[in-house]
Amino acid sequence: MAKVLVVTSGKGGVGKTTSTAALGAALAQSGRSVVVVDFDVGLRNLDLVMGAERRVVFDLINVIQGDARLSQALIRDKRIETLHLLPASQTRDKDALTQEGVNRVIGELKEKFDWVICDSPAGIEKGAMLAMHNADMAVVVTNPEISSVRDSDRIIGMLDSKTARAEKGERVEKHLLLTRYNPARAMRGEMLKVDDVLEILSIPLLGIVPESEAVLAASNVGAPVVLHAPDSAPARAYSDAAKRLQGETLPVSVPEERRGLMSKLFGRRVA
Amino acid sequence: MTAASRSRPFVRVRGRSFIALVLVPEPPLDAWLDGLDAQMQRSPAYFAGKPVMADLTALAAVPELVAGLLEALAARGIRLVGIEGIEPNAVGVELPPLLTGGRTVADGIAASVPEAPPPVEPASLLLDQPVRSGQSVVFPRGDVTVVGSVGSGAEVVAGGSIHIYGTLRGRAVAGMSGNAQARIFCRRLEAELLAIDGLYRTADDIEPQLRGKPAQAWLSGDSMVVAGLD
Repeated sequence: MAKVLVVTSGKGGVGKTTSTAALGAALAQSGRSVVVVDFDVGLRNLDLVMGAERRVVFDLINVIQGDARLSQALIRDKRIETLHLLPASQTRDKDALTQEGVNRVIGELKEKFDWVICDSPAGIEKGAMLAMHNADMAVVVTNPEISSVRDSDRIIGMLDSKTARAEKGERVEKHLLLTRYNPARAMRGEMLKVDDVLEILSIPLLGIVPESEAVLAASNVGAPVVLHAPDSAPARAYSDAAKRLQGETLPVSVPEERRGLMSKLFGRRVA
Repeated sequence: MTAASRSRPFVRVRGRSFIALVLVPEPPLDAWLDGLDAQMQRSPAYFAGKPVMADLTALAAVPELVAGLLEALAARGIRLVGIEGIEPNAVGVELPPLLTGGRTVADGIAASVPEAPPPVEPASLLLDQPVRSGQSVVFPRGDVTVVGSVGSGAEVVAGGSIHIYGTLRGRAVAGMSGNAQARIFCRRLEAELLAIDGLYRTADDIEPQLRGKPAQAWLSGDSMVVAGLD
């Protein structure tokens, strides 16, 4: 049974697209067939993070409007053959998305893939609403700071009221993915603690992804971090999160600061 | 008032409502009476102790049948408290009073069941999920209870009191329609704004030592009191 997963946050810049690519790649690595769908019409990024920007011919809007078939718009990943991308259009805006069109495309994707992962645009407007509408599950990407947490709270409320499942009286399964977690700043009390975020949002924790150069480096070369630096801390966090999405029970570890020799010698103030 | 009228006892009239059973006789009356007999045989006490009236609309064209009908009903022990659907002068015999303004209650036998009072809508709202940022819960008729937290940027507005069995981070507006007795209770106070009957306090005006604690707020005269619950 195909699962439709929306990666959403409300706030921009918290790591939705990075997380979509990484979770999609990790799920595909485990042998599942996966499609990642970019809903950020007009500001598409997922093609860049996936390294497929030079292979885009048709996009989601072309399929919705009937100008192209789904098979023409899907781009197969060069590294993992079970991973596919349905890019957004950069020249259009969110008004080109229609409820009927989105429902039809998601329905077709569900027949072809095990996982349909929708990368939501920021905000709570039409694009974000359509991205979450057909979701069975949601990954709410949150940074440990108050504005991101409040926006996530708002989005969780919408997942519970505006989705197709909510309209049928069912629940969307929601998971919290805490990204850009900086152990050093957490230790200094400059960020919300994990427990505080969990208490405010009261949804289960899918994983904690530490802030890392590896994420930036992977984005710059156009590869999901789980493929570009598989041994890095964020890659391991995303791989574990993907396993939890598939029902495995793994303990979530809170990243700790690894202090080097110099900082041990010269005390704490090295950041 | 005159002395004469003061000396007479004052007669008090009270209103009370009963549900009357309404018979609807139709010609030919013999057949209709047979049906009535059969029904009374099945439940002999059906009409006992209940006000019975007759809707004579179907007999308006043949008023000469009415006198016979009344006799036939009296013979069966049914005395009418009133009639409707016919002009009394057209009949020629003494009739029970013509009643107006009746309302239909339920069909047939159902009306004979001891009438249940109309269901009272509960004057409280229970939410067993958190109220998320951006959501607004408005319940003018009474109290609101939230088993969960009220997020920053969310609001709960109630005609009565507000009970939050979680952290109150957003706004709570109690006694919205002029109820100064309303109160706000929460297990953990982190509120952005508390209001009761139009008086409000923002987070800045709430004593810092109450933050994060179980607390309640109520009105004392023209000012709001916020105090810990422990």
